[in-house]
Amino acid sequence: MVHPLKEEELKEHFTVTYRPQAKYSYTAGQALSTFLRGLREGKILGRKCPRCGRVYVPPRLYCEDCFYPTSQWVEVKDEGIVMTAVASFISWTRDRLEEPEIVGTIRLFPSSPRDYVYPGLFHRICCSYDDVKSMRIMGKTVRARWKPVEKREGSIEDIECFEVV
Amino acid sequence: MKTNLKFRRVAAIGAGMTPFRRRMLETPQELAWEASRKALDEAGLELRDIDCVVIGSAPDAFDGVHMKGEYLAHGAGGVMKPASRVYVGGATGVMTAISGWYHVASGMCKKVLAVAEEKMSPGRPHPQAVFRYIWDPITEKPLNPNLIWIFAMEMHRYMFVNKISKEEIALVSVKNKRNAANNPYAQLGGEITVDDVLRSEVLVWPVQLLDVSPVSDGAAAMVFVDGDIARRYTDTPIWVEGVGWTLDNTSWPNRELAYPRYLENAARMAYRMAGIERPQREIDVVEPYDPFDYKELHHLEGLMLARKGEAPLLLKEGFFDRDGDIPSSPSGGLLGVGNPIAAAGLMKVISIYWQLKGTAGKMQVKRPVHTGVAQAWGDLMQASTVIVMRN
Amino acid sequence: MENVGIVGIGWYGFSTNVHDLSFREMMFEAAQRAFYDAGGMNPREQIDAFISCQEDFWEGISISDEFAPDPVGGSMRPTMTVAGDGLQGLAHGFMLINSGVADVVVVESHAKPSDILTFPEIVELAMDPVYVREAKIPNYHFIAGLDATKFMHRTGVTREDLAEVVIKNRASGLKTGRAPHASMLSKEDVLSQEMIVYPLTRVDVARPVDGAIVVVLASETFARKFNDTPIWITGIGFSTDNSNLELAKLGDAFYLRKASELAFGMAKLESPLKVNGMFVDDRYSYKELQHVEALGVNNVAEKLREGYFHEGSYLPVNPKGGHLAKGYPLEASGLSLVLDAVEYMREGVSSAVVASWRGIPTFTGGVAVLQR
Repeated sequence: MVHPLKEEELKEHFTVTYRPQAKYSYTAGQALSTFLRGLREGKILGRKCPRCGRVYVPPRLYCEDCFYPTSQWVEVKDEGIVMTAVASFISWTRDRLEEPEIVGTIRLFPSSPRDYVYPGLFHRICCSYDDVKSMRIMGKTVRARWKPVEKREGSIEDIECFEVV
Repeated sequence: MKTNLKFRRVAAIGAGMTPFRRRMLETPQELAWEASRKALDEAGLELRDIDCVVIGSAPDAFDGVHMKGEYLAHGAGGVMKPASRVYVGGATGVMTAISGWYHVASGMCKKVLAVAEEKMSPGRPHPQAVFRYIWDPITEKPLNPNLIWIFAMEMHRYMFVNKISKEEIALVSVKNKRNAANNPYAQLGGEITVDDVLRSEVLVWPVQLLDVSPVSDGAAAMVFVDGDIARRYTDTPIWVEGVGWTLDNTSWPNRELAYPRYLENAARMAYRMAGIERPQREIDVVEPYDPFDYKELHHLEGLMLARKGEAPLLLKEGFFDRDGDIPSSPSGGLLGVGNPIAAAGLMKVISIYWQLKGTAGKMQVKRPVHTGVAQAWGDLMQASTVIVMRN
Repeated sequence: MENVGIVGIGWYGFSTNVHDLSFREMMFEAAQRAFYDAGGMNPREQIDAFISCQEDFWEGISISDEFAPDPVGGSMRPTMTVAGDGLQGLAHGFMLINSGVADVVVVESHAKPSDILTFPEIVELAMDPVYVREAKIPNYHFIAGLDATKFMHRTGVTREDLAEVVIKNRASGLKTGRAPHASMLSKEDVLSQEMIVYPLTRVDVARPVDGAIVVVLASETFARKFNDTPIWITGIGFSTDNSNLELAKLGDAFYLRKASELAFGMAKLESPLKVNGMFVDDRYSYKELQHVEALGVNNVAEKLREGYFHEGSYLPVNPKGGHLAKGYPLEASGLSLVLDAVEYMREGVSSAVVASWRGIPTFTGGVAVLQR
């Protein structure tokens, strides 16, 4: 038989606390390194597959559909369509946030509404909670709001958010 | 993919699980032992009869143990036996059963114990924190995401494309928590209303507290044996007739989220193996993965039990109720029973096993059942596993 | 059960720090080479299932399975992860083919230990949280030390014998293109090294290495479609002795005894002395001898001294250098040994045994019998 406990009962039993020391320095690799350098210059770069023509943003060195190396760097627009957006009232540690954080995925141009897969990014969207709740933001055209050049450091954070054009 | 296979027949002859609760006193090994012992008891076997052990467990970070398969081998009966761990994120639970199936179907083992365990509650500051590390470390993690974002984004897209309201989706929560009231293992069974769901705390709009399954600890286990010897142990073996699994690409921001194409792929693989041509006519009971209420609808569409965007309509008509045409989540699902990730997936298989065997007690659906389907889902909205069983 | 053929194998890396490619790009490079090796197959059309072997904490990503499909051509296909050694993945591939659900299976494993900044702490995280970790032992090699002294006491293996293993393996590595730790050492060089944990010095311990390996498996019906000379897996088995350090049997590799019993039985191999080569895990020098013994070879100390295990002799053990020369690519370690064996067999010999271990602190290993 198993024994579920209440929060306060945890103190009555022995617990072993252990804080994992797990630190990593992820290798960005060829494709993402160039992508990050591009962000520093205010460009969103993708890789194009020579076989099927699909553009990968964030870039990959290979096309997963054709299993063929992508061959060409292309710059996509920093503009696109909001595919989905949500308003988060909790932080990553599940603490309550007063102001919701609004994030979503953006289908970047050039691409068409018929594409099942498309160049896209997951990022913050600058709009109100009401825009999300009423779904007004969905399908809107948005453009990246870049950080000032001197503050960019080659990270996804070089884009502050996407805002409605 | 091969079709028309001459498989060795594989039967499930025993199943056991612990109740799903938050903050268990037992260690993960002890939870695994409890479930394994119950499964062996039901099958009428002892550990020495078991040839191989398959372990299923999702992120190592929950239990806070690296190489969790090795650690769990102890409680799961894997000592001095071939023991291995399979892993497809949230879809691991059903994959554990699938792996048990191919251990037997390949002729490698005659009797297999498949054990799934998860202990989510020890994580600090909150189990949610673990999910920060499931994202791409370079392009996504800097934004400090949490798991519920993923679901909320998919849910909102699903609602937007198919014009579905929050009220329609909340009906899933109501149904599953009601079903769970009949399940002795359930953490959160009870009667709630659509209004309760809509008034609960907003976590990440459109996801609210009662749209979500809880943090749980628990374990589940099943025994699979070669079809030739199954009737030595039971008069009512439950046959595994179809399995399927598929992983979509990693780059979820680059694809349409309104429809789970990977699930359709996995379902087609399993249906073809089981000879199912018209899923809606031939399937009698289904356990789709429902960590969030909209996911059940999403998955019913992916399993081709409802047309795209029409699952809410059928749900409203009572099609998926316990006394409906295709009862869905008669156990109460993850929303009602609890969600110790891998164990919850195997619980879904066990629920179908009980239904087909006729031992589901108060959970037993009204109509006679002969074909059941269990399904799980995981990773970055990309993995699905499907199993078809018959009695 | 039918035999399963290795029809293609490819690798990338085997460097202490592959700094220019991410693990995904390394997987792609290795996969391309494997598919080329398998007669230039198209993975998007000709492969039925994909298996990746990896562990979350080695990757630094929770649910690392997410990243498995794309670089090996497995997206929208049946892809899964076996959280274990590459040889266990191979066994799962073997089962998938024999169950009839697949004809061609790809098994992939990779390692990027250079991305891990706190390697010893990650190893510690694999130990029991309640008492072993609490002991706060400064060096995770202590388990190997305990195991080694008991093994040496039981079998009469000496420090000199261990030095001989180190010299043999590190020199053998010089012949291959992927052995960053290969070198010519003399007995004095080895014996004069400072101890890490008695009886193991710095050169007795293999180091982790970055690498990715992809293996293509095919059923008997399909193997010759991709390769004229497939290497057949005629027997495979794996086993876990114990997961709790205090309950495990130290001084003997019981996990390999059980695994080899299964594999040899399946391959109908009467004696391990009948094969042309052994590729066993040698993360620690004594482990090579312990594993060879667990495969059923008696008097390993004497045989080593007689030169029985050297290349060109009766039973070459790790003629391609093993992990001491190459480094061990974490979960790809088993596949690294398979890769050595396949290359060795392609040079003309007809059979080999591969025996892997998952490393400290586990007691899990696998055995595969390969035949032409």
